[in-house]
Amino acid sequence: MEDIKQVPLNDLHVNLGAKMVPFAGYNMPVRYSSDIEEHMTVRNGVGVFDVSHMGEFTLKGPDALDLIQRVTSNDASKLIDGQAQYSCLPNETGGIVDDLIVYKIKDNDYLLVVNASNIDKDWNWISRFNTKGVDMKNISSDICLFAVQGPKAVATLQKLTAADLSAIKYYHFAIGDFSGVKDVVMSNTGYTGAGGFEIYVDKAHAEKIWKAIFEAGKEFDIKPIGLGARDTLRLEMGFCLYGNDIDDSTSPIEGGLGWITKFTKEFTNSAAIKNQKEAGVKRKLVGFKMIDKGIPRHDYQIKDASGAVIGKVTSGTQSPMLSIGIGLGYVTTENSSVGSEIFIDVRGRALKAVVSKLPLIA
Amino acid sequence: MNIPETLQYTKDHEWVKVDGNIATVGITEFAQSELGDIVYVDIATKGQDLKAHDIFGTVEAVKTVSDLYMPLTGKVVELNAILEKNPEKVNEDPYGDGWMIKIELNGAASGLLSASQYKELIGK
Repeated sequence: MEDIKQVPLNDLHVNLGAKMVPFAGYNMPVRYSSDIEEHMTVRNGVGVFDVSHMGEFTLKGPDALDLIQRVTSNDASKLIDGQAQYSCLPNETGGIVDDLIVYKIKDNDYLLVVNASNIDKDWNWISRFNTKGVDMKNISSDICLFAVQGPKAVATLQKLTAADLSAIKYYHFAIGDFSGVKDVVMSNTGYTGAGGFEIYVDKAHAEKIWKAIFEAGKEFDIKPIGLGARDTLRLEMGFCLYGNDIDDSTSPIEGGLGWITKFTKEFTNSAAIKNQKEAGVKRKLVGFKMIDKGIPRHDYQIKDASGAVIGKVTSGTQSPMLSIGIGLGYVTTENSSVGSEIFIDVRGRALKAVVSKLPLIA
Repeated sequence: MNIPETLQYTKDHEWVKVDGNIATVGITEFAQSELGDIVYVDIATKGQDLKAHDIFGTVEAVKTVSDLYMPLTGKVVELNAILEKNPEKVNEDPYGDGWMIKIELNGAASGLLSASQYKELIGK
């Protein structure tokens, strides 16, 4: 077993009172005060996640786009400079190696952001297809990533940069000076649905940037946010978590990722995925809300009214916004339409839930 | 960390206050802080005779669910009605308004830990 790693600002989080837990090979802050309080801070104000465990690869050279097109499901040729796209790496057996964000910095110059738990797996996977000498670098341990999220995020961050953040659209980014540090990536992305930016900075400047963000956000009562609230925030939106909702055995079509699966090009397993899209799938990932009182959890069985098993829960929690149980799970296609009544087996009791459209808090 | 000397404890992080043949049971300050925000206390064993270490219910936090174990053998005679509407009382006041059940004891109140033994167990 490999030693557990730390993010560069580990000690700062400990001093802020964070409860640190192992996640994806890193000791990460799971909460600083309360999951619900932190959740509501992001929905109503502004909060900052240190998600420096995430992986970053740079791909450069004349064949970088070809390689990205070969390994990812979305169409990266559509990206303009300063634009990003959500995508996934299909495997050859119908599943997904990882989900990721592809950033186009400029022609022949891309940044890929991957899940921490999959850094080595993704690196090896992409390298396998790098037959034309694309210059790949794994810069994961050099980069800190701060997700500054919430309705007050832009007002906070705007104090620290001359770049006009309000002009940067969703899934677009700028690279420039931020709080006196050069070459900071300011990306209008996130995993919360609350709005805001993700800030990528060299770890040498990370502490200075973190402190500047907190100083700028003081008037909005900015707070550090742990992975606990990150999970409830993404689940209210219905965003997938790799390893829970999608994995090596779930297809992008089953996982509701048809919208990032583009058959305008060939990529790993694209012919089979296209067939699957046309023929239809047997199961689908759906969002659901509890009608009966109870909280769905990972791996709980999903049943129909007759008690027959029709799938299982992949993620579940109590929604801080709705104060009811919510979840994501796979169900048979005939039970997957919005409004379908399903039953979650919560420790032997079949509790009623309803398949609901995403986001679950809309 | 608040671990009152006047209470007794279990390895499962419950506290017990014995008064005659009635024991009041809740979870410790340490337990609630490990669980995080508690959103549902699910106890359906009122009126049942249970043995020590049997599961008498579950406590649901935002992030996780945890079973609750009988610290002693007896009948569950009362549930804390406050927790139905205000489960967060377990976080706010674990030894007071956050109590969970009362047990009518069947046998001696043995096998429990003292405050100092419990402190040692959790390394505080």
